[in-house]
Amino acid sequence: MALPASVPEEPITAQAAHAEPPVIDLHGLSVSFGRRQILKNLRGDLRGRAIGLLGPNGAGKTTLIHTLLGFHPASAGTAQIFGLDISEQAKQIRALIGYMPERDSFIAKMSAVHFVRLMGELSGLPSEAALERAHEALFYVGLGEARYRRLETYSLGMKQLAKLAQAIVHGPKLIFLDEPTNGLDPPARLRMIKLIREIRDSGKAHIVLSSHLLLDVEECCDEILILRDGQIVVYCNLEEERKSNRKFLMLETRGDQEKFVKAINQLGCEYALTGDHRLKIVLQEGVEVRDLYRLAEESQVQLRRLSYKRDSLEDIFLKAMENGYGGL
Amino acid sequence: MAVYEQTYKPYTGKLTPEWSRFLIIPRHAFRVVFKSKLFTAFYVIGFLPLLVEAVLIYLHHNTTALTIMKLNDRELFVIDGSFFQTFVYIQGVFAFFVGLLVGPPLVSRDLRNNALPLYLCRPFTRTEYVMGKMSVLLILLSWITWVPQLLMFLFQSYLEGFAWFRANLWMASSIVIAGVVWVLLLALLSQTVSALLKWRIVASAAMLGIVFIPSVFGSVFINILFRTKWGDVISLFALMGHVTSGLFGTYDTVAGRFTVEDFNTVREIVITNPPLWACWVALFLFSAACLALLSWKVKAYEVVK
Repeated sequence: MALPASVPEEPITAQAAHAEPPVIDLHGLSVSFGRRQILKNLRGDLRGRAIGLLGPNGAGKTTLIHTLLGFHPASAGTAQIFGLDISEQAKQIRALIGYMPERDSFIAKMSAVHFVRLMGELSGLPSEAALERAHEALFYVGLGEARYRRLETYSLGMKQLAKLAQAIVHGPKLIFLDEPTNGLDPPARLRMIKLIREIRDSGKAHIVLSSHLLLDVEECCDEILILRDGQIVVYCNLEEERKSNRKFLMLETRGDQEKFVKAINQLGCEYALTGDHRLKIVLQEGVEVRDLYRLAEESQVQLRRLSYKRDSLEDIFLKAMENGYGGL
Repeated sequence: MAVYEQTYKPYTGKLTPEWSRFLIIPRHAFRVVFKSKLFTAFYVIGFLPLLVEAVLIYLHHNTTALTIMKLNDRELFVIDGSFFQTFVYIQGVFAFFVGLLVGPPLVSRDLRNNALPLYLCRPFTRTEYVMGKMSVLLILLSWITWVPQLLMFLFQSYLEGFAWFRANLWMASSIVIAGVVWVLLLALLSQTVSALLKWRIVASAAMLGIVFIPSVFGSVFINILFRTKWGDVISLFALMGHVTSGLFGTYDTVAGRFTVEDFNTVREIVITNPPLWACWVALFLFSAACLALLSWKVKAYEVVK
């Protein structure tokens, strides 16, 4: 079975014509913990305004973020962020980065404004500027009224927002968001998504969003990178995928499906079996729906249902997971 | 990103020099530490021995006051190395208890709340983090140990005259070295314990244990059983005592003499203190071990193998 959005074998260049250095440039990056290799020879340059990092548990998403932040050394290869090498210019890189960790992270016995101010100062802001921006960041994320409360007394949703505030207080050029909607109720999740989109649309910062929730990534990101077993299985531009003219059809059939799919394959169309008697087809240039009716007749297959379907992120993700591995 | 604008805006202003950023940690930590009235009171009490010291120095030079109190200063006390050494000891013990209160939560609280990635994802290194956390104690303890002692020395010099100051300048260096070494050891010990144990009470108990259990073991089992003083090399307090004595010129290699009757023969046994170099080496090894443990534990994320 075929059809991932793109399965890179060669270095990826999403928009190769760019003169600016890519946001993240991976040069055969590998990371090992002991004998276990977590990230395997990652290559590619990511240039999106908002890049979604997807993958099942243990795929290496968080390890990739941590390595880019300089928390783990690369066992082979390297990476660059805005043209700066992660192993040689880690400190300069971290001055350009904001990071919102996945786990509950805060400094105890501090009010939110004190905490965000401290984080601002550690990023190099003078004390007064840090205080001013701490107030602004907390208002921006919606914690303005609760900014003098101690962080220990915050709800999970408020803690997530406080983490976002500390990540943006110094106005970074790149923000890593690791599972920002984890544990949030629907209104809080919507608020978080809205904030991420606002930051993205401001055009002042790039975002790398790591999430298990495909919907979050779909709503916020223009590019996605899917990892599996420490390898890149898909890297694509969601917008381009959406805009592409590839036609997706969902079919429900009865009869000898095997013969039918063989005939479809011979026609040059990519297909995927999505369940009992159901299959999804990508119509290639020059292939019309009436050709399918003809093939169905020849294969003595009944077409019970036929509907158009565009490739969603879920499709891309599921295909990436299936591709070459035989399923999730 | 003004409050009323509610938009994302990068920061374009001036940045602070990188070398000074570790000092942000003590500045913010002092706010938290001095929020406790109990601690503030305890810290203020720590200055009382210094007040007594200042009064003694003043009385030593105020014949009128001594006459009124019918005291003879020359018979009461002499202001020399031993005088300052005594107060260095007193303040050292007090510094230990301040360190016990302030030190253990400094790193452990960050570890418990996963705060290390927040520090280390910024242009802020692990070394700067450790330096920042240690400087909380270094500053706090310096203010009650060698800094006021040095002021007392200057006070005495002012009252006694420049000749005394010049003749006893070595005392100032002894005060500074003894104070800095002790404060550094306490800071290293408390940070190490704090980095190894996530819970404040457990960390405080461990710090007490590390200081007192080897002291008891050294003085009871090694010193008494083997009639030696080498047991002191595992006791932090004893080591500091020897080193301070060495610095103030009061160190005696002979710790004690006693006679033993053995088959009608009387033998004199001389117990010697461990040599000063051994004390310094022991302190150095202790510090190196603390630094190695700190370097091992202070990481943004621990990789679980």
